Amino acid sequence: MTIDAANLKRMFEAIAVAIEADKDRLCQLDGVIGDADHGIAMELGFNAVRDALAPLDLAATEPTALLNTAAKSFLNAVGASSGPLYATAFMRAASAVKGKATLVEADFIALFQAMAQGIKDRGKAEPGEKTMVDAWQPAAEAAAAANLAGKTLAESLKAALAAAESGAEATKDMIAAKGRSSRLGERSLGHMDPGAASAVTVIGAMTKSLTSAL
Amino acid sequence: MPVQTKKIINDGNRAVDEMLEGILAAHPRHLRSADGSPRSIIARDGPRPGKVGLVIGGGSGHEPTFLGFVGRGLADAAAIGNVFASPPPDPILECAKAVSGGAGVLFMYGNYAGDVMNFDMAAEMADMDDIEVRTVLTTDDVASAPRDQRQKRRGVAGNFFIFKAAGAACDRMLSLDEVERIARKANDHTFTMGVALSPCSLPQTRRPNFEIGADEMEIGMGIHGEPGIARGKLRTADEITDEMLDKIFAEMAPSRGDKVAVLVNSLGSTPLMELYIMNRRVKQRLDDIGVSIHATWVGNYCTSLEMAGASVTLFHLDAELQTMLDHPCDCAMFRAG
Repeated sequence: MTIDAANLKRMFEAIAVAIEADKDRLCQLDGVIGDADHGIAMELGFNAVRDALAPLDLAATEPTALLNTAAKSFLNAVGASSGPLYATAFMRAASAVKGKATLVEADFIALFQAMAQGIKDRGKAEPGEKTMVDAWQPAAEAAAAANLAGKTLAESLKAALAAAESGAEATKDMIAAKGRSSRLGERSLGHMDPGAASAVTVIGAMTKSLTSAL
Repeated sequence: MPVQTKKIINDGNRAVDEMLEGILAAHPRHLRSADGSPRSIIARDGPRPGKVGLVIGGGSGHEPTFLGFVGRGLADAAAIGNVFASPPPDPILECAKAVSGGAGVLFMYGNYAGDVMNFDMAAEMADMDDIEVRTVLTTDDVASAPRDQRQKRRGVAGNFFIFKAAGAACDRMLSLDEVERIARKANDHTFTMGVALSPCSLPQTRRPNFEIGADEMEIGMGIHGEPGIARGKLRTADEITDEMLDKIFAEMAPSRGDKVAVLVNSLGSTPLMELYIMNRRVKQRLDDIGVSIHATWVGNYCTSLEMAGASVTLFHLDAELQTMLDHPCDCAMFRAG
């Protein structure tokens, strides 16, 4: 099983659809501990990615170029915090698969890990600070562990999704240490971090899209 | 179907760009947009060779912050984001390029995670173009972190004084080192507290950003509707002003004979009548402790769309900061000197 530019394009389309469906919930989660626009930012970003990828000649586009296009279009459409975080994720993903025309399963796991690391580096956040890192890091670790244990990409991504879900759930018990909600102190307790929630949506759409293609 | 807030807009997703078109139409003598970058608003008469360029910016929805303070003697450019969201690096970089006079560029904006990431990326890109960029974050919101964590605080209405001082330093052709020093000093001397009475709502959602009871107020709420430090029954103007001033005084530690500048700012839908009632109390309290008022501004300076509420800012002056405050400026939505 290999993944090419067409698979990646369909993956981004699937994320855009999933985020659009989830937009209102994400804005509401953000409204409790922030400024209520996280769903809007994510929708703008992934719609911009979808529009930027649409005219690409996929036969002549390597995954790296596609991912860099995604990074640039997401960043320029959004700004905010999700802009630099996801743009960095896609840029790191691009460099993780540089020079490859198609990706084997281990390449995609490396790409996925690079995304999580990019988000962590750009936001300078550690697990436990109630951010999207609390979903992305365990997801990347679970995917890598499953891959190492000889699981298929589909199984590895399912493990990643499950880890992201429990990571996001765990943010309810955390006090925010980064971002706008960090000024709330203990008042952020009991609420899921919207960035972790949207990470689950993104990872879920990636999993579904790539799994159904496999 | 949830109740939608009423707004005079065409399309929520076009609100920022249509606002910018209207602003450029209203202030052609002061403002232009950078070529090919409509979200980069540049002062027509400000940037010049040998002068440090001042770039401010942040999300929309706080007008006249940020772009109202673009003009000679204040900011040279403002990068404009979506509503309550940082601009991406590209329009910030275009601002830096447009105002770079060879003496360096100062980025100034409120301390929010998204702004920090986007402006830092723009600074890295400017560096590749051989433009030296320094950054000073504004952290005047007393309510947003304890005193020993001042660097974590938000930047709010006090931006007005802090940008004013930095802009004056730039206009006086001081070096980047000196401009940065004055900008940091102005930030350290600026203290803001806010109170919110009713929520704002975003043009895209047209739903209230937070819920607050009909008879409640929230002290310390942020300018995007971030929760504050205490929620309670709505009290009188004097009681609210006193609570805010007590917190500000505790930080500012004023002495008899000191001088301040005062800003009483509407968060969007609180009218001048109420702001002047608050200002009356500010004057009484400052008189009581023997602090004189050098200048006062009352009105819309840093808003949060249609949020009801107000903030009080004191700018604790010394001779240098007073000189910077008094330096003339001529901006689209503000003039002094």
